[in-house]
Amino acid sequence: MYVAVKGGEKAVKNSQRLVAKKRRGDLCVQKISVDQITNQLGLGVDRVMAEGSLYDVTAAAMAIQQAQGDMTEAIFLVRAFRTTLKRFGNSIPVQTTKMTAIRRVSGIFKDIPGGQVLGPTYDYTHRLIASDQDHAPDPPCEQDTDTASAPPDQTAAGDGISPLPGELPRVIDLLQAQGLLQQDETTSFGDTAEDLTRQPLAFPVSRNLRLQTLARGDEGFILGTAYSLQRGFGLDRHPFLGELKVGYVAVRYTPPELGFDIHVGRMKLTECVMVNRQNDAARKAAGFETGYGLVFGQNERKAMSMSLLDRSLAGEKNTGKNGYPARDPEFILSHCDNVESSGFVQHLKLPHYVDFQSELVFIRNRPKDHTPDKGNP
Amino acid sequence: MPLSYNFAYLDEQSKKMIRRSILKALAIPGFQVPFGGREMPLPYGWGTGGIQLTAAVIGPDDRLKVIDQGSDDTVNAISIKAFFKKTAGIAITEETRAATIIQTRHRIPETPLQNGQIMVFQVPIPEPLQFIEPKKSQTAKMHGFEEYGSMHVKLYEDIAKFGRIATAFDYPVQVHQRYIMSPSPIPKYDNPKLHRSPAVHLFGAGREKRIYAVPPYTDVVSLDFEDYPFELEKWDGACAVCGSTDSFLDEIITDDTGTRMFICSDTEYCQKKAGNTFS
Repeated sequence: MYVAVKGGEKAVKNSQRLVAKKRRGDLCVQKISVDQITNQLGLGVDRVMAEGSLYDVTAAAMAIQQAQGDMTEAIFLVRAFRTTLKRFGNSIPVQTTKMTAIRRVSGIFKDIPGGQVLGPTYDYTHRLIASDQDHAPDPPCEQDTDTASAPPDQTAAGDGISPLPGELPRVIDLLQAQGLLQQDETTSFGDTAEDLTRQPLAFPVSRNLRLQTLARGDEGFILGTAYSLQRGFGLDRHPFLGELKVGYVAVRYTPPELGFDIHVGRMKLTECVMVNRQNDAARKAAGFETGYGLVFGQNERKAMSMSLLDRSLAGEKNTGKNGYPARDPEFILSHCDNVESSGFVQHLKLPHYVDFQSELVFIRNRPKDHTPDKGNP
Repeated sequence: MPLSYNFAYLDEQSKKMIRRSILKALAIPGFQVPFGGREMPLPYGWGTGGIQLTAAVIGPDDRLKVIDQGSDDTVNAISIKAFFKKTAGIAITEETRAATIIQTRHRIPETPLQNGQIMVFQVPIPEPLQFIEPKKSQTAKMHGFEEYGSMHVKLYEDIAKFGRIATAFDYPVQVHQRYIMSPSPIPKYDNPKLHRSPAVHLFGAGREKRIYAVPPYTDVVSLDFEDYPFELEKWDGACAVCGSTDSFLDEIITDDTGTRMFICSDTEYCQKKAGNTFS
């Protein structure tokens, strides 16, 4: 009699066994290694690190494998690992002007100090699916002892790409020097910075938390809402790409017991500065305003979208009265996290039969004398 | 990757932060306390708020009961129990009376709770005013100024349109004559169980990062009007298993022609009433 009510435990066990089997796939096909994922699916690893907000190549690659390539699921795995990690302290803010860049482009000046360098990009490839023969054969493998421990994509040297000069001036500094930029809101660093992962988001939200939220927000959501701005749903002008840069930065940290800073590692970052004509030029002397994007790994569409949203959500008067979703901080920041949104949308798979029963009872108990008025006389 | 996890998954600092939030929530009954909700290894919307509360209050000697839709054996209840068995090695019970902590989704057990027991509710949307005003910046003010007119207007509009209040679950309550609170999506049938209950009731919303509470023996009143008093769901029949006429009944469709039978949603209560013993 209790058929429908008992058996949950066995069902869950069976389901977990089945998903493990599905994940492994055909046993005659070789299993992918974590190394292969970090080396050959590097941009996927980058995305999982960015939205998982944990710079750990191995954890991200393991998560991608465990999630069968489902990126949102992999991001979730990384987040649930990250949340348990001990905090040692805050690093010294990374210096992106000292980034070892592998790619740097600007859309606002033909030539910029330090030069424009395309580096590795799909931008100018033809999107034709290539067969194995179309690819150049692999040169023989050389074990580079210097980079053997790190996946090649994580070190500039291993890329075989000659990096740009060690210090690149920021393109927007050129505008700043001419007094054409409005001052950014002050952003606090280090110990004074708020931390999205330790405190709930409260509105109105500071720029710190806005950037943190966008940096780990869902790429698709950030892209789509930024796109809506460009289509006039919140922007009335064409924005410009001030500078987009991909490269490696050194992370330095001062352990309290040492008292001096040490190099703790390198991170690949994508940094973007977007430049907009200021709508309200009469109020301020300067003529341009900027938006900022910074993302783990190489993810240009995310960094660019983020910098568009950083600008559209800025401003003390911007409390959501602007009508368009991409100008409403509460709308964007409350809904851009894919671990939150994926969980909540999919919780509808959980049983709801008690609530549904309440609805059934409510509808069946409708008072006979009060049939809903359909507007007929 | 060498991994080890703390007792009940969360690190002790996080647990302390949650306990401080719980104390504040108990001190201001019905008020939603924002807290630094942590990411949990279960998805948002599947009980992360409840799991964080349980992880923060549970100790090695506790006996945990987890129910979903009133049942001890639904998939999500199984999954949460497995989580605490694995991370805390905790004793699990199905018996309402034996449990020191009861984590629940969508129900309050039929067996009356006792002083010393802790109910932990999983809350999807902690803000009772959310569907009237979606912006937290606004609802915070409405609670602050006790500006609850719009909620009463909504209930009034129900009566005007349907002849009765049309909320069947997650029916809003006023706690200690002050804050309007969501009792979580329990059927309104369960609302009176909160009123002056001897147990501690903790509500956790993980995704929305809010904790709120009803301390023991606190007034919890379902909103209504003098001429349209709050009323409970009623069934014509009794439970097909235990014959109970005083419990919330689930409807089971037994064939494809729509034959229905009704059985208790609270499986523990039902089996006990039917004379089954527990291991």
